[in-house]
Amino acid sequence: MGFLEILAQYDTLDMAAYLAAVQPADVERVLAKHSLTPHDYLTLLSPAAEGMLEVMAQKANEISLRHFGRTIQLFTPLYLANYCTNQCVYCGFNTANKISRMQLTAEELTKEAQAIAATGLKHILILTGDAPAKSTVEYIGDCSNILREYFSSISIEVYAMTQGEYAYLIDRGVDGLTIYQETYNKPLYEELHPKGPKRDYGFRLDAPERGCKAGMRTVNVGALLGLESVWQRDAFYTGVHAEYLQRKYPGTNIAISLPRMRPHAGSYQPASIVTDKHLVQLMLAQRIFLPSVGITVSTREPAALRDNLMPLGVTKMSAGVTTAVGGHTADNSSTEQFEISDPRSVDEMCSAIEARGFQPIFKDWEPF
Amino acid sequence: MEANNNDALVIGGVSLTSRLFTGTGKYGSDTIIPDVCASSGSQVITVALRRVDTNAATGNVMQHIPKHMQLLPNTSGARNADEAVRIARLARAAGCGDWIKIEVISDNKYLLPDGYETAKATEILAKEGFVVLPYVNADLYIARDLVNAGAAAVMPLGAPIGSNRGLKTKEMVRILIDEISLPIIVDAGIGAPSQACEAMEMGAAACLVNTAIAAAGDPVAMGRAFGEAVRAGRAAYLAQTATVSTGTADASSPLTGFLGGM
Repeated sequence: MGFLEILAQYDTLDMAAYLAAVQPADVERVLAKHSLTPHDYLTLLSPAAEGMLEVMAQKANEISLRHFGRTIQLFTPLYLANYCTNQCVYCGFNTANKISRMQLTAEELTKEAQAIAATGLKHILILTGDAPAKSTVEYIGDCSNILREYFSSISIEVYAMTQGEYAYLIDRGVDGLTIYQETYNKPLYEELHPKGPKRDYGFRLDAPERGCKAGMRTVNVGALLGLESVWQRDAFYTGVHAEYLQRKYPGTNIAISLPRMRPHAGSYQPASIVTDKHLVQLMLAQRIFLPSVGITVSTREPAALRDNLMPLGVTKMSAGVTTAVGGHTADNSSTEQFEISDPRSVDEMCSAIEARGFQPIFKDWEPF
Repeated sequence: MEANNNDALVIGGVSLTSRLFTGTGKYGSDTIIPDVCASSGSQVITVALRRVDTNAATGNVMQHIPKHMQLLPNTSGARNADEAVRIARLARAAGCGDWIKIEVISDNKYLLPDGYETAKATEILAKEGFVVLPYVNADLYIARDLVNAGAAAVMPLGAPIGSNRGLKTKEMVRILIDEISLPIIVDAGIGAPSQACEAMEMGAAACLVNTAIAAAGDPVAMGRAFGEAVRAGRAAYLAQTATVSTGTADASSPLTGFLGGM
């Protein structure tokens, strides 16, 4: 059964009614369980559970300590290009936005790599806009070949690809795939992606699975929180997606991100505001539902919040971030994809992590 | 710390007076590792090759491992025998020595080891001169395969890795201790010193403990507690624990009374 069929099983679920009916005793019952079902996970996303965050936090903290210890893996994004053929209404790289566009040359990329490597980072996430004809699979592969000289782990966050294309990139040093569905609500997805290859909901939905099949070591899913009017909806389906992948591809490390919408070029406003409290509730629910799944928190979130999230289940954080192409070195870097909220350098992030009693991990993979 | 020098554990030609193996993962800071080594008395420490960065000036776990420790690199991240073999060779090339703890895990939810792939990797690496310590389920057939493959010890799990659930595989570990000629080192799942002590009382050759120490409120103090528990358990094993009454002894000898008349 594919994930589309899994999603279809929830077509008849009246999520609003389910969430409203949850009582504190239901939450307590779920918290006492050894393993949780997707419905249990939804229970933890309810308003009733929102009133029980401390007890959820204690449990999530215990689980995280056992599975991951007091460690936070560090990485940084590296934007290769911002050419884009899509019109995602919520994105600064939207092809309709009049921004400066560029793509790194091999020489520019090498300089970026050297600048990032000098900070000590060993894990890198490379990004492009959604422009397969400009930022081709071959171009991304060539970039990876350059980067593998400097980094021990290379992940991609690019347009959805075929299994063969993922395998091609794995051969060139890529070991991780990050791809967000943005929203699991199909009509809304089509409304938000009016033009471009990304409009194909099903092709994107199955991209994480194709990554697993191709042999990616880590596959990171997520939804852009704020697109759905009811935040629990995409939060729930993201968890179900991760659980599906973990069950079907046990050899792949599955991870989840919880990106919230940030200010960007363009005027689209979020359909819902996911508060800090909701974000914390979601992270705790994910950790309790999926104890061994990685949780990534980016610099979309402000420094103070990121610091407070560390003991609650986070396994991976970005540091020393720029969302502009060439942003690590060039004077004339491109427009940023979105405004980051935590501008701390790698050194500053390390100090913050250590101040919380955690250890920043630079290297946690050895290519072989 | 007093050690019984007549009771050394010899693995790969190395004589060990401590029967507690420790780890390097999950600590809030690697700078605590030397203190844990000292308090626990451990002489063997495992480290994932994936974490080792020989080029890093700082932030390299290796710089915190005391020189006297026997390094036990592990193949964390290997999904099959081939990957484990490649990681082991990289570890040797990186200067981590000839000891290797084989971890082959293709289930990232439960982190349970793949016995078949582990045995295959063991056979290849033992032939290449590695001192192979494979991490496996507590299974007699796998253990026998590992003996034939040339393992230096067998490391059955007490419970799923990182679970701190204790010696849940006790009866299976006991069978391995009885039947397998190699040292049986209980690895994974031990959450409290009393559980390590119990494994040692049963006759386990050693225990490997990481999460229960690293995730403790005070890792240095917990390392000391584990060191003492392992020593106590070993001492009890050597002292031959007195038998336990089953509570049914009957002086009237209903089953053997007839012998008196013969």
